[in-house]
Amino acid sequence: MVLWQLFKTFFMIGLVSFGGGYAMIPIISSEVTRFGWIPAEQFTNLIAISGMSPGPIATNSAILVGYSTSGIAGAIISAIAILIPSIILVILIASFFKRMHDNQYVQSMFYGLKPIVTSLIIYASISFALSNHLLTFNISFRMVSLLVIFGLSLFVLIKYRWHPVYVIILSGLVGVALYS
Amino acid sequence: MKEEWRMLFQLFWTFFKIGPATFGGGFAMIPLIEREIVEKKKWIESEDVTDLFALAQSVPGAVAINSASFIGHKVGGVKGAIAAMIGVSLPTFLIVLTLGISYLFIHDNPKIEAAFVSIRATILAIIVYAAIKTIKTSIVDKTTFFIMLIGVPALFFIHPVLAIILGAVTGTVSIFIKRKLGYKITPRKSKDKVTSYTSHDYFIGDGI
Repeated sequence: MVLWQLFKTFFMIGLVSFGGGYAMIPIISSEVTRFGWIPAEQFTNLIAISGMSPGPIATNSAILVGYSTSGIAGAIISAIAILIPSIILVILIASFFKRMHDNQYVQSMFYGLKPIVTSLIIYASISFALSNHLLTFNISFRMVSLLVIFGLSLFVLIKYRWHPVYVIILSGLVGVALYS
Repeated sequence: MKEEWRMLFQLFWTFFKIGPATFGGGFAMIPLIEREIVEKKKWIESEDVTDLFALAQSVPGAVAINSASFIGHKVGGVKGAIAAMIGVSLPTFLIVLTLGISYLFIHDNPKIEAAFVSIRATILAIIVYAAIKTIKTSIVDKTTFFIMLIGVPALFFIHPVLAIILGAVTGTVSIFIKRKLGYKITPRKSKDKVTSYTSHDYFIGDGI
């Protein structure tokens, strides 16, 4: 039963996952909370692991959510479910509609889709900050240091274009030094 | 028959090797596709790569997986598409699963917990960075800015899938109205966008 729910959920997500995996976090998160699959704190750690691994964020998160709910079978079902819509559409488009990205209607659809994908990513960052208590007015060493870590991470990403995985690893080491 | 299986295995194996290179987004695999698929295997032409990635972006799902499937389809039809998709997905599936399982084993360790406190702040920075990157390609005028601005608070009340559908509808309708009103529509060539991606760069949030 859980496997079927996982399949339905990630199939639907696969169908709408336009423009970058981070936009899919709110959708995965809302389904995870709705079904009570995993606690919120653990979900954000799974997102962190998805970001550390190669491969698409949305697919990685699907695999990890699947695994946490029902083991290897859950991981396989979730991965297949999120991939099926893409493969079907790719085969259809490759067979019948090769110039799709030049099509006027497709372009006008993306004209509205792209900004909403941006909203989704902004929304993802707000809800991520809220659910991890990163947005708080409770001034403490922990809060200030996390703000500094956030700021420095963003700085090296934008300014020095560090690869995210290096930033994550370094940040993990800083965390061990500061909070354990 | 035997030939077909050989070709399918080659597709699978080529993308299996490329798969782990999709660290931080599908565009990171462009240089490898150039080397392995265009130069060595000669399955596609170099100038096809640009079109292919533009097409891969217009299909839901990860750019890496979609572009692999498109190349697979070109080489070996439906079976080829499936072979390439499995090839590109399998290594990352195994890697993320291994990391996930190891995490579940050790997540009670106080050091790991401490590491994740800091990592969560960094992940937030990565998501914000992804947002900044997408703003650059998605907000092209007042209308798109307005859609984005309405979208954020709306998401606190409506389901994200509904928001995506509404976004697509709004885009189509507003282009239609603009045409009726006689505005000049200059859709940006999808080509320019992809060629601006240089090989040594990676693109998070913009086509992972």
